[in-house]
Amino acid sequence: MKTTTDSSGDVRLSGISKTYGSFTAVHPLDLTVPEGSFFALLGASGCGKTTTLRMIAGLEEPTTGTVSLGEQDVTALPPYKRPVNTVFQSYALFPHLDIFENVAFGLRRRGIKSVKKQVEEMLELVQLGEQARKKPHQLSGGQQQRVAVARALINHPKVLLLDEPLGALDLKLRRQMQLELKRIQTEVGITFVHVTHDQEEAMTMADTVAVMNAGRVEQLGSPADLYENPRTTFVANFLGTSNLIEAETGSGGGDEIAVRAGDCTLLLPRARCSAPATAGGKVLVGVRPEKISLVHADDAGSVPAGRNRITGTIADSSFIGVSTQYVVDSPVCPRLEVYAQNIERDARLVPGAEVVLHWSPAHTFGLDAAQDIGAGVEEAA
Amino acid sequence: MAAVTSLLNWFRRHLVVIAGLLTLAYLLLPNVIVTVFSFNKPKGRFNYAWQHFSADAWKDPCGVSDLCGSLSISLRIAFWATLGATALGTLIAFALVRYRFRARGAVNSLIFLPMAMPEVVMAASLLTLFLNMGAQLGFWTILIAHIMFCLSFVVTAVKARVMSMDPRLEQAAQDLYAGPLQTFLRVTLPIAAPGIAAGALLAFALSFDDFIITNFTAGSTVTFPMFVWGSAQRGTPVQINVIGTAMFLVAVLFVLAAMAVGKRRGKHKA
Repeated sequence: MKTTTDSSGDVRLSGISKTYGSFTAVHPLDLTVPEGSFFALLGASGCGKTTTLRMIAGLEEPTTGTVSLGEQDVTALPPYKRPVNTVFQSYALFPHLDIFENVAFGLRRRGIKSVKKQVEEMLELVQLGEQARKKPHQLSGGQQQRVAVARALINHPKVLLLDEPLGALDLKLRRQMQLELKRIQTEVGITFVHVTHDQEEAMTMADTVAVMNAGRVEQLGSPADLYENPRTTFVANFLGTSNLIEAETGSGGGDEIAVRAGDCTLLLPRARCSAPATAGGKVLVGVRPEKISLVHADDAGSVPAGRNRITGTIADSSFIGVSTQYVVDSPVCPRLEVYAQNIERDARLVPGAEVVLHWSPAHTFGLDAAQDIGAGVEEAA
Repeated sequence: MAAVTSLLNWFRRHLVVIAGLLTLAYLLLPNVIVTVFSFNKPKGRFNYAWQHFSADAWKDPCGVSDLCGSLSISLRIAFWATLGATALGTLIAFALVRYRFRARGAVNSLIFLPMAMPEVVMAASLLTLFLNMGAQLGFWTILIAHIMFCLSFVVTAVKARVMSMDPRLEQAAQDLYAGPLQTFLRVTLPIAAPGIAAGALLAFALSFDDFIITNFTAGSTVTFPMFVWGSAQRGTPVQINVIGTAMFLVAVLFVLAAMAVGKRRGKHKA
């Protein structure tokens, strides 16, 4: 249970960086992980997220900067003196020890004599009470994963670090373990720092997500905030899918900016535009595929006024079950993605059909056009 | 015709088993002969022709003068050589796999030299070295030479094991409050143990039956292989076969014990 609300358990990284020769794995980085939170470092492989985690654990020495746990500066402490424990990628369970001894390892090293009760309770928490005397290789992947969590958690660390802990599991088990880990975190109230390349995993589990790209934190926020208000094209494309339309800023003050894309005028809330909105400047207009509604061109009159609208032709459609995913080619933007719920399916919406796409201006976001429009697309795939 | 075909078919189906048994017979025949002749009662001094059964030699294995003395010297040298070579070889193996140092490449290749070099060349050069240093030939020169040539075998065996070890296991130990010494004793060493044991067994076998290098560096000391060689000139006492058979049986017992342990572990798994 979480008993304190002061900042004694915060993880603070100040100006921390790591370079290997001429390669910079992590650029100077400031990050605060509040005590008791479930924090995710999300990014593609090689983005520096694991290096950052290992610097918190003490397994990697930062080139610059400091690591603090609460009030204590732990930068100079070796890993075995830090009140931090890690769940390693592929678990790193000790193959020569049974499950009981694996879990008891940390307690024994700290000179605690009577470990039996604690170990048994911890094995109960991860539902492995029956397996105590088995060797790691006799357990399934999911069970090994739970042993790794138990082995770390039994030490009541200030922070639990998880390095792609679910990467080796199949999809169904991964979903199950996501919920399990979330349950355990809520139960013990320890700060979790979770490294993953799976955006869905990060969004399901974490309170706060830091999206990393090429050794830098691109954006930090709650999963909903990151999804609804991406501030870079990388975040827009890496978390879910975004339609990004190149447009030119027109005149207009007030809360909404009017932009021109081809011969369409689109409205964009000023508060959701991270680009400098000078008249005549370039901007990328973004909208998520599920926010867009699709009607056949014959019904164009039924579209309410005040909505952003674009015309186009359906290039492709695929039926997913709960939804249908359309790809629409429009003069203002090729390959627009639209996800429509299968509530009432319009039989005319087949490839080749002329359609009108429309969405609420409130669901529009604006990005700086000076960046790579396709950043993060490859990595998310 | 049908009988020939069925015989051919039978042969085809059991070809692997037949080949296996023949190879096994080829390997074990010398041991069988040694064992059978340990129960012989030869007429002359040479134990080369079967006369009649007798357990006399088994009742009095030390009955030939100097035999048991030489056996004890060989066992002592083998023990200390195994200990020395295993300790040094394990350290070298770890250094080669885990650390990057200036002469790493050179050490990595030079360590194999004793295995590749003809033994007699090494023996002659060792003798030259010892004589130039004015060392007294005997137990200690034999031991130094044995540790030297056993080293490369131990390094090879341990290195293979250490290379396959996941370095994250040691990081996990450190993460779980084990300092460098604890990590080595509780995690590194137990996991590397099978490789170290294989290296030690190899070192013991190599040291115990070495003849060429020992012969050059022994001075007046006589080890068991030297005793067998020497007595073969003048006649072969049955006791040599007794000792040979006993060694073989000990080795077989070791293998059976290892298999029994392996089987018990396998059952645990299922």
